[in-house]
Amino acid sequence: MSYDATTLWGIVVAVGLVTLALRLSFILLFGRVDDVPARVERTLELVPAAVLAALVVPAIVALEPSGAVEAEPPKVIAAVVAAGVAWRTENVLATIAVGMGVLWLVGAVV
Amino acid sequence: MLGVVPFGLITGISALDAGFGALQTVAMSVVIFAGASQLALIELVGDGAPVAVVVVTAAVVNLRYLMYSASIAPYFRDFSPPWKWLSAYALTDQSYAVAVTEFRGDEPGIGRRRWYYLGAALALWAVWVVSTAVGVVVGGSVPPGLSLEFAVPLTFLALLVPSLKDRLSGLVGVVAGGVAIPAAALPLDLGLVAAALIGLTVGVLVDTFTDWPADERPGETEGEA
Repeated sequence: MSYDATTLWGIVVAVGLVTLALRLSFILLFGRVDDVPARVERTLELVPAAVLAALVVPAIVALEPSGAVEAEPPKVIAAVVAAGVAWRTENVLATIAVGMGVLWLVGAVV
Repeated sequence: MLGVVPFGLITGISALDAGFGALQTVAMSVVIFAGASQLALIELVGDGAPVAVVVVTAAVVNLRYLMYSASIAPYFRDFSPPWKWLSAYALTDQSYAVAVTEFRGDEPGIGRRRWYYLGAALALWAVWVVSTAVGVVVGGSVPPGLSLEFAVPLTFLALLVPSLKDRLSGLVGVVAGGVAIPAAALPLDLGLVAAALIGLTVGVLVDTFTDWPADERPGETEGEA
């Protein structure tokens, strides 16, 4: 099943508006509300960890319908090495470069 | 900033595969300008997920902009409304990281804050839109053996690791990542939304009912769940 062009435009515009609203939120509110409550701030600080982990992990490890864990060794090894690079350097490009390099290398050997 | 190039290429290539038009794909990068959510929504559109699930998933992926917005707002407080809107539109993982690193500590004047931030953010914008367009043009001629699509989780991984900065965020990452594996089988492609919200809920509960201190760095938080 695929969507027609109008529906796709609708999705693009809707997500664009929601995203702009999220970005504007506190930038526009700042000064009008006294301060961001500490509880809200603490919760917001946890959002990147939750969302990014939910994006990354299923791309590396999957569950088969039978319940067995499916993980391609080159991807797992590349991800672990890349995580190490990310932790050491906090550099996006270095993480991608090393991760892709390890993926190709291990893929060629295995 | 160059890390955005493979990301943009893959966004362009995979959007065409999912049924977006060429113009639509580039317009999406301009209108939404948030790669992680674009890739998530492209995948769901390709799967034929319900429109509401597509929009909600993209919104959840972009929830982190609330945090960036709250954290960066003090630096934009004296901007005029048009500058605030422009600065908000240009807010991304990268421009946030650059600005907060640069502005923390000293008190730069409004001119430097504006131009330094927007310079970085708009350069990133140009690279993002152009690399999406190149992805559209190159399309299917990228050899599949390169597994270029793996650059996408690697990009998220590069952003995830620094976000696991204390025990609580580490726990949230492990729970969200762990739940995401079985949740991928959920109907209507609700896996990402469910995993992220469960991880966040556990984090808030633990934060409420324990006295784990913030910002300790145990040094053993792992990128993998």
